Amino acid sequence: MRLVVALSAAVVLASALIYTSFSAASPALTPSQLLREAQPGRSYQLTGKVAAGTVHHVGEGLDFSVADRAGGAAIPVAYTGTVPDPFREGREVIVTVRKQDGRYVGERDSLITKCPSKYKTAPAVEKQNY
Amino acid sequence: MAELGRICLLLALIVCVYGIGVSLYGARTGRLEFSDSGRRAVYALAIVLTVAFAVLELAFLRNDFAFNTVADTSSRTTPTFYRAAAVWSSQEGSLLLWAWLLSLWSSLALFLVRRRLRDVSAYATAILLGLGGFFIALMIFYASPFQTTTPKPAEGVGLDPLLRFPTMMIHPPMLYSGYTLCTIPLAFAAGALLARRVDADWIRATRRFAMAAWLFLGIGILLGARWSYSELGWGGYWGWDAVENASLMPWLTGTAFLHSLMIQEKRGMLKVWNVSLVLATGTLAIMGTFLVRSGILNSIHAFGGATLGVPFVVLIGVLIAGSIYLVVSRREMLRSEHRLDSLLSRESIFLANNLVLVALCFVIFWGTYFPLISEAFTGNEASVGPPWFDRYTVPLALMLVLLSGIGPVIAWRRATLANARRNFVVPLACGALTALGLLAAGVTQKPLALAMFCCAAFVFGSVGQEFVRGARARRAMAGGAPPAALLGLVRRNRRRYGGYVVHVGIAVLFVGVAASSSFQHAVEQRLTPGSSARVGAYTVRYVRPTAAITPKNDTAHTGSTLDVGAVLDVSKGGRHVATLRPSQGFYDSGEPAQGTVGHLIGGQAVSHISMNGGLTRDVWTAIAPDISTPALQRIVSVGNRTLPADEAGVAIGVLAREYLKNPPPAQFHFIVSPLVMWIWIGGLIVFGGGLIAIWPTPSAVRRRVALRSRARASHGLARA
Amino acid sequence: MELLAVLLACVLVAVVLAIVGAPLRAARDREMAGEDVDSDTDPEHQAAYVRAELEAAREAKYLEIRDAELDLRTGKLSRADYEAVDGVLRAEALELLNRLQALDSGEGAEGGGDRGEGAGGAAMPGRPQPARERLSNPEVED
Repeated sequence: MRLVVALSAAVVLASALIYTSFSAASPALTPSQLLREAQPGRSYQLTGKVAAGTVHHVGEGLDFSVADRAGGAAIPVAYTGTVPDPFREGREVIVTVRKQDGRYVGERDSLITKCPSKYKTAPAVEKQNY
Repeated sequence: MAELGRICLLLALIVCVYGIGVSLYGARTGRLEFSDSGRRAVYALAIVLTVAFAVLELAFLRNDFAFNTVADTSSRTTPTFYRAAAVWSSQEGSLLLWAWLLSLWSSLALFLVRRRLRDVSAYATAILLGLGGFFIALMIFYASPFQTTTPKPAEGVGLDPLLRFPTMMIHPPMLYSGYTLCTIPLAFAAGALLARRVDADWIRATRRFAMAAWLFLGIGILLGARWSYSELGWGGYWGWDAVENASLMPWLTGTAFLHSLMIQEKRGMLKVWNVSLVLATGTLAIMGTFLVRSGILNSIHAFGGATLGVPFVVLIGVLIAGSIYLVVSRREMLRSEHRLDSLLSRESIFLANNLVLVALCFVIFWGTYFPLISEAFTGNEASVGPPWFDRYTVPLALMLVLLSGIGPVIAWRRATLANARRNFVVPLACGALTALGLLAAGVTQKPLALAMFCCAAFVFGSVGQEFVRGARARRAMAGGAPPAALLGLVRRNRRRYGGYVVHVGIAVLFVGVAASSSFQHAVEQRLTPGSSARVGAYTVRYVRPTAAITPKNDTAHTGSTLDVGAVLDVSKGGRHVATLRPSQGFYDSGEPAQGTVGHLIGGQAVSHISMNGGLTRDVWTAIAPDISTPALQRIVSVGNRTLPADEAGVAIGVLAREYLKNPPPAQFHFIVSPLVMWIWIGGLIVFGGGLIAIWPTPSAVRRRVALRSRARASHGLARA
Repeated sequence: MELLAVLLACVLVAVVLAIVGAPLRAARDREMAGEDVDSDTDPEHQAAYVRAELEAAREAKYLEIRDAELDLRTGKLSRADYEAVDGVLRAEALELLNRLQALDSGEGAEGGGDRGEGAGGAAMPGRPQPARERLSNPEVED
């Protein structure tokens, strides 16, 4: 009897978890995919390489363009927040973006740069404060 | 010498295969000489891998760049300490470290149980050698640490500057010791199931290894968090990154196991649950090892193509399938001997604790592997971020801390309700007083943090009460001054009181986490010299810029070419608090395409943060200086055009001077986090408590206790 | 370098063979000398497993008895509840001790048993303790 109660509780909690994860998740897209599929207002995880010559400091923020790994379409992103140490042109990055008024705005502190070395390095993810 | 290394690997693989065969044969036929030979194969493996590791280590220390790994991760200018530790900074070297640590810990474990559990340990030997063989085969066929290039390169690439921190170099050996130690209980559990002997003797042997694994893994995780916080430029200690989570999951199931083990020990219950937990812990440890190397998850640590992905998936599949098969086929043997006597018992609190821990593990597992799950179901790879994790782990963490305060107050088997009610008065009072105090002090906006503080106070009250009452009881029985009574109490009840200390440590740690997350003040601002920023109650003033060129042959420093930073004056209410000097180091990229001057500072840029730590708060500062202004860039391009390679350093000097003369505005990141220090202090307390719990009782005490218990037992019978 | 590497490799192989082969050689020597081959299926080894199991269970039971007493002294159990639990635990402990004793007396007849940690209950007259089978118990709990 106790087992049944415990299992049901577990199932209920698990369902809540599963449901929210699907709705809270942001899909990972490459720049070419983003250009095709992006809907305004939804957030996406943009993954790709920082295109050469596109990094500029603009006031408090950073503008840069993200291109497909294999080269090609580059999407300009207006980003504010912490810039991880390994960030530079040619590095692979993941940044959460939202399409606003035709521009792509990077979510604050969401920039992650993949470290080039093959082994462990820094997680540069910003923790959201609650 | 690379040939010796390669021969060692081959020999190691042969030893593994031999050991597996001979152990299984010995287990099936009962012929002890074969099981013994199998055990000794593990010892032999340890020796062979030690030689292999020594060969690699020597290559690093001697700068033998013929070795590919040495050329890829070290250089003549890398300081000796980092050169020695760079062995495990590459894929190949880290595999060797893993295999070597596995062989060492397995040898120790098998040596300690060599006279008991022979049937179980024969199977366990085979499993451990199987795992070792897997890693060795990976090295031989996929990623050999002993690959060489001829002709020998003159100089190496150097260690990634992000890794040039002491904490970061100790972190892998600690973590790997934790991971490999997790596989030992797995091997013994599977062995016990295979030998059909899951009993008290197995528990006695497994408990210490599980505790050791838990300790090392915990230290490894904490070191990683500390490194992230005190060395990296983002100022956080936990980001719910895939690799962080991967190391936390086996630790959670390990913690659950350490508790539910006691239930099996006392009541013969939860056998299926326990073996499942152990098998899960070991499997999660392997999955953690695999995650870093496979590229299946889009994390910072993912290495683009899945070079090692397929073999690992096969291994994990085998582990999971094997575990399920073993548990299901032996379920008759794993029937519980008793049922729970009462809901008001320590056993049932432990059960609740297990449920919370497993729920935590499930949440983290789901969130970590979600990209794969969502891809499987929807075709889209999506990931969840820290807010999602926080939403579910925070309430569970609260429950965990609360339970850790309730447990000590409840008796085993069946607690007396009246007594239990009475015993809760002090802890509840502590919690309530804390709540009132904090509310009165105006801390109202963060209910979750408030709840955590109250739960922690509850734990302190509960555990404090236990120590006081226990010491009092001991004094009544054996006399002596209070401190001596306390010491004697702990010495003779190490498991219980060591566990209590661990609970206190965890509560302290969570207080630190709650305070530093909820009440943090963070500011990012662009400042010019002379201007200031307000961070919470503090004012940070940018006094002046700094620029330093690090000499070519500095063995003490981390070897950046140019270090640009600032001097900051931190004050509170007008009073000077600290002077901080954050900087950013620019490293050599070694790419000639960037020009003779450009490459000197075109490589990795690493933040050297500057922090003023204290018991009540940490003031953390980082700087991202701008060296790409037109004026400074002109110096670089002129230098590229006009200076020969060996004089290129001159341009860097000019650049530094120019930066000092006309400093452009720099981007600063300031964070004031309350009570962060208590996270590390809490971790130390947990470590201390764990040591107390794992320490064997001195035999004199043990004999006295055993004889006295026995005397009382027969006395009781005479009376009855 | 080449020669040194080959030499070290040979030494290593020799060491490995020596370590791994020792029990096999010892067993073969015993066989040739006509002694019985030590097997796990021998009754004395099976008895050793039962003994180890009983000893481990006994240690755990002692721990439970002491835990219950500590529970009483720290005010978690009433005297009545304690007496009840203590009685049950003592009875269980005694049963374990009896079973250990039965094992000892069963083995005493064969004369080839293992030592007990001072033997349970009534002490057996001193039996020879073959050094080979001396069980040390580093893991015994307090």
